[in-house]
Amino acid sequence: MTYGIVIVSHVPEIASGLPKLLQQVAPHLSITYAGGTDDGDIGTSMAKISAAFGENTAAELLAFYDLGSAKMNLEMAIEFADKPVHLYDTALIEGAYTAATLLEAGVSLSDVEKQLQPLVIK
Amino acid sequence: MLTPEIARLWLENFATLIDTNKAHLSDLDTPIGDADHGNNMARGMQALTEALAAKPDLDLAGVFKTSAMALISKVGGASGPLYGTAFLEMAKAAKNSADLPTLLDAALAGVIKRGGAQVGDKTMVDAWTPLVKAVHDGTLSQAVIDEAVATTEPLVAKKGRAAYLGERGIGHRDPGAESTGYLFAALLQTEGAL
Repeated sequence: MTYGIVIVSHVPEIASGLPKLLQQVAPHLSITYAGGTDDGDIGTSMAKISAAFGENTAAELLAFYDLGSAKMNLEMAIEFADKPVHLYDTALIEGAYTAATLLEAGVSLSDVEKQLQPLVIK
Repeated sequence: MLTPEIARLWLENFATLIDTNKAHLSDLDTPIGDADHGNNMARGMQALTEALAAKPDLDLAGVFKTSAMALISKVGGASGPLYGTAFLEMAKAAKNSADLPTLLDAALAGVIKRGGAQVGDKTMVDAWTPLVKAVHDGTLSQAVIDEAVATTEPLVAKKGRAAYLGERGIGHRDPGAESTGYLFAALLQTEGAL
């Protein structure tokens, strides 16, 4: 698929758990995640985020995150990334779920982004 | 003129201040954040110290770039990307200048870009902004630093974890502003830096 999803959370279990929910509605979508610091503590890691970009088999990524410092690490990883990554300030679960559902159905990126707009909360 | 040697001393002094005050920084972060600022910064500065020790021959840009990468990879909280970006922007600026005020301008612009905070949002930007100006004006002192850091106390946070608390954060000092105060206090301790 053209598009994939990346989930970034401060908590390893949130990052690994949310893709299970998304994969139910989007079994063909490449969904990768980065959770916690390099040591597995609560926080985020630019290296883990970059790895999640690399592991994702899609050519273009939609990224969703939980709290502010995850966004900063995401933005830095995006500056170093070798594929386009779109970053969304939506509620994490609802935003990622909306994007997964629509991408699986083959909806265009601009239409996905229209649906994400009301979910922007940060 | 900042030399690689003076920059290393500055960062060593900053690391010592962070390590000495890590419990205090985490205490400040407890009522309005996630109680990890001191430990995160101490871990990052430890990594920074080790990374610099492993590379004794760096030029000025190299000193700041190595510092940035250590903080970005080791801190985990918001202070990693923020201080990391500050040092990364100083590294870029150091390719054309060894003038401390010029490098600090670049650092502050990077912090503002990365965090999206403005003066008055109860973040480290409230300390960085007047303190960079004080370096420009030649007026940096511990009293100026204390005053800049204290300006965050009456504010309502607009950015960072404290923003979730709203008005309950009033009266608490921003831990990122406090650690920024140490960065500038380390300049005062470093002979030849100012």
